[in-house]
Amino acid sequence: MLDLHGYFPFILKGMGLTVAVALLSLLIAIFLGMLGALAKLSSSRTANLIASVYTTLIRGVPDLVLMTIIFFGGQILVNNISDYFGGGYIDVSPFVAGTITIGFIFGAYMAETFRGGIMAVSRGEIEAGYAYGMTAKQVFLRITLPAMVRHALPGFGNNWLVLAKATALVSVIGLHDMVYNATVAGGATREPFTFFFVVALLFLVITGVSDVGLRWADRRFSVGVRRD
Amino acid sequence: MDFDAIISNLPLYLKGLWVTLQLVIMALAAGFVLAVPVALAAASRNLLVAIIPKAFIYFFRGTPLLVQMFMIYHGFAQFDALRESFLWLVFREAYWCALIAFSLNTAAYTAEILRGAIEQTSFGEVEAAKACGMSKPTIYRRIVLPSSFRRALPAYGNEVIFMLHGSALAGVITIVDLFGAAKIVNSRHFVPFESFITAGVFYLCVTFFLVWLFKRLEHHWNAYLRPRETIAVPTIAATAAD
Repeated sequence: MLDLHGYFPFILKGMGLTVAVALLSLLIAIFLGMLGALAKLSSSRTANLIASVYTTLIRGVPDLVLMTIIFFGGQILVNNISDYFGGGYIDVSPFVAGTITIGFIFGAYMAETFRGGIMAVSRGEIEAGYAYGMTAKQVFLRITLPAMVRHALPGFGNNWLVLAKATALVSVIGLHDMVYNATVAGGATREPFTFFFVVALLFLVITGVSDVGLRWADRRFSVGVRRD
Repeated sequence: MDFDAIISNLPLYLKGLWVTLQLVIMALAAGFVLAVPVALAAASRNLLVAIIPKAFIYFFRGTPLLVQMFMIYHGFAQFDALRESFLWLVFREAYWCALIAFSLNTAAYTAEILRGAIEQTSFGEVEAAKACGMSKPTIYRRIVLPSSFRRALPAYGNEVIFMLHGSALAGVITIVDLFGAAKIVNSRHFVPFESFITAGVFYLCVTFFLVWLFKRLEHHWNAYLRPRETIAVPTIAATAAD
């Protein structure tokens, strides 16, 4: 049906990189999102302000523009710092730049999702935790965090699906992901449509598998909830 | 930071902004026109009617816009029949390829938003319309669609902002939109920070304008969903909404 002229392993190799970038940036996004959510909910006005500026700026500027700012600008910044300390030229790899950028962008979206999740945890559960004599840290780790997962999961799933698709942008800064490899293979065989179509199908595989996983997680974390 | 190059290239940025706005507005208009019938068909209970629109929505929402744009811009050159037909006048231009990709993409997202809103129409409204003796097309025209559009407005506002951000991809395929303008300034003067940040500021301003615009639209069209303002006890929420 689809003759790929032996380029399929090459495309799959790119897919491996796409998945790697997506998962690593997801970790960064979860970390930054948690920090952002806690900063937004904290009583410190400075923390509120920093978190608001972060989420507003990131969500107001296209991801492609942010990626080029961090990729090109980060390169200069790192080397200025290196120069200052008398170090040599440091090459920021597109992999690092791409992963950090996507993580940084989706951290802002995660922050909003996590904030909503934390706010949805019932007040009584948290008070019960304090009544048992737990410290604020214990209440957060033992009660708020496990209970917020259920509320944050739908938003988290959406963010992950958008993030997975956003990884296609790393091909623009020269990373050899599956979109980049499809461009190469399509040029070599003069059949670009075939290869981009295959890449589109592979993205559907990624989102399809994620859907199954997210549905499982939703059931797992809603065990204690009564459903109609 | 050196902003001299930016100031001397301001006209280029403004030209880019104009191209970005053109692409976004035309894609949104075309996408919306396409989305209404697609959403109506996808909301149908007849699986034969719903399957194709649902597949269209699934494909365009499940794959990256960049890949969709490449499929049209780079990919269509693969088909000799297309290259030799008059349609090639359209598909050889990056501008039209980007516009077509954006339109189809936003049509899929908008259709999904509208489908959700249409399926949420309360039975009572439809039953009341039937009791008044309205025909099916009249019910859709007077009852289902207007109330669905209102319900869809907040989600559609987000989609418009996503389309604005997605339109930056046009700069990747040689179009001189805002992002393309930043790319040109960067390659001429090698000021990556300044050139892309300037584009980012422009995008941010348009985003803020859109957020404000949709707040106004929601204020007007969804007025009946706002919390009631009582004269005796003005609440904080009511004052903040004004």
